[in-house]
Amino acid sequence: MTGVNGTRDMADQPAIEVRGLVKNYDEVEAVKGVEFEVATGEVFGFLGPNGAGKTTTINMLCTLITPTAGSAAVAGHDVVKERDDVRRNIGLVFQDPTLDGYLTAEQNLRLHAELYGVQSDLVKPRMQQVMTMVGLWDRKDSVVGTFSGGMRRRLEIARGLMHSPRVLFLDEPTIGLDPQTRRSIWEYIGELKEREEITIFMTTHYMDEAEWCDRIAIMDHGEIVALDEPETLKAGVGTDRVTIHTDDDDATIAALAERFGIEARKSEGAVTFGVPEGEQFVPRLFGEWDPAHPPIKAVNVSRPTLDDVFMSYTGSTIRDAEEDQGKDRNRRMMQMMHGGRR
Amino acid sequence: MSTTTEPRAPASTTVEAAPTPVVRVTVPKRSLASELRAIKIVWRRELIRYRSDRLRMVTTLVQPLLFLFVLGSGLQQLSAASTHGVNLKTFISPGILCISVMFTAMFSAASIVWDREFGFLREMMVAPIRRSSIVIGKVIGGATVASFQGVIVIALAGFVGVPYDPLLIIGIFVLQLLLAFTITAFGVMVAVRIKQMQSFMGVMQMIVMPMFFISGALFPVANLPGWLAVLNRLDPLTYAVDPMRRLVFNHLTISPAARAALDPGVTWFGWHVPALLEAGMIVALGLVMLGIAIWEFSTTE
Repeated sequence: MTGVNGTRDMADQPAIEVRGLVKNYDEVEAVKGVEFEVATGEVFGFLGPNGAGKTTTINMLCTLITPTAGSAAVAGHDVVKERDDVRRNIGLVFQDPTLDGYLTAEQNLRLHAELYGVQSDLVKPRMQQVMTMVGLWDRKDSVVGTFSGGMRRRLEIARGLMHSPRVLFLDEPTIGLDPQTRRSIWEYIGELKEREEITIFMTTHYMDEAEWCDRIAIMDHGEIVALDEPETLKAGVGTDRVTIHTDDDDATIAALAERFGIEARKSEGAVTFGVPEGEQFVPRLFGEWDPAHPPIKAVNVSRPTLDDVFMSYTGSTIRDAEEDQGKDRNRRMMQMMHGGRR
Repeated sequence: MSTTTEPRAPASTTVEAAPTPVVRVTVPKRSLASELRAIKIVWRRELIRYRSDRLRMVTTLVQPLLFLFVLGSGLQQLSAASTHGVNLKTFISPGILCISVMFTAMFSAASIVWDREFGFLREMMVAPIRRSSIVIGKVIGGATVASFQGVIVIALAGFVGVPYDPLLIIGIFVLQLLLAFTITAFGVMVAVRIKQMQSFMGVMQMIVMPMFFISGALFPVANLPGWLAVLNRLDPLTYAVDPMRRLVFNHLTISPAARAALDPGVTWFGWHVPALLEAGMIVALGLVMLGIAIWEFSTTE
């Protein structure tokens, strides 16, 4: 299917092109010069702990905040110089809800269509299409205030699609949702890819969901530390992950370093490390484990997952990173409360 | 919050059941027509929300009715001698109409703070439209809602001794429409900078009540103590109450003495300010504040 207004040639052009994008808040460097391209029709995932700069990046691409330096083009338009052209071509689903709870589902979507200037005769058919897709057409006359969190998120996705955007931005679209709703949201995304010429750019911090993306970029502390297809990233880790449970983590780490020359670390209440051949390492481990070492209670060997990819690039699991940054954020918030607003 | 059960999303079945072609729409370049359409939908949203909020209609009426019928009837006992036989309720009714319009207009403006708190403002901010369209739509919407509320108070004219003269009613309606516009513009101007509802309510109390008391809604504006006369002439609401009261008194058959005592008119250093100038000042003030609101709103991220 050819795009409207003869945009066929645009298919060759990347949907998103980012060059040296920087955003500073006061002294904090939120995004430190990221570069990447997203091809038309791709599902591109931005992976990283909260506070890594994902939302800041997405907000710059959506023209909501102005970059400190660098440039970005979305659907062929510069996000600073051609803000309106970018806005006409993108759909947005934010992390926090942005629906009017006093209006019905239909009124919310109609309002969106009017704000975007959708041709009046196409508003109704398009609305039916997007609402049917997310399974809410029969609830169109209900007031949004009565919807559950999952229904609201689905309605927001439908609304983001009302004006047939070329690029759909989803900021943590499945955060806080139950597994069933999460799965159905991924089904819509798959369906969208089939039916519409659309590029999807999303952020997530669920590792399992990142597997659904064509390509993912791992972001940490404002920088992209890895960018490739999920399978390639996993293959690149090259090691299996071994996790050992004992009563004394520190002694275990010391023993591993001394006897096997392995650098292990604590993570999520156990000791973990990478070895090239995990299954063959386990017999060796027990054979050479000294009775003086803390007794091993359980061993787990796993193939590399995106968690391991994340760990090999950032040195911590995503959950550990979030805990650290959470503490950091709390501290900052305390400072803000005492020192006044930014 | 989730009072409804979640219907199972028939995502997998829709693929087979809907072989219909995809409805593709295009978003046109920004134009005057698209801006007007945006203004219209922002305006309509205010009306839809007002209509669905019956409680608000009732609650914003309570205070003016209390002033008019309780305070009006009660103080009548004290003031019968000095009002030259004119019903106190008739005298204060223009002021009460103004305060009623003011409260509703400020509440409408507050919706910008709500929208910010509940995220909906973001939906409007990212649309490919001018920020000014959002502000203009909001102000016109708020003004419309406030004048609806005003119409309810105007309808009570007969109960307070104001005749149902078509010209009088139209005149009052137009004046309160202008006031509704200006106060909403003022409210939006304040609301754009405020992030929390409590703060807005506080600011509103701090501004609306003094404006109301100083305006002469409850007393004639002649022979005031010096400090109060100065404040009174500086209060914009004075210039909404005064022409409205003059209009009402034009349609009453009362003695010249009563007229002079109760409706002396606003003077600047002895010069009688004409009603048309007063109305013009209200409009000009509204336009200036609308301009400031637009400017403020366009410069926030």
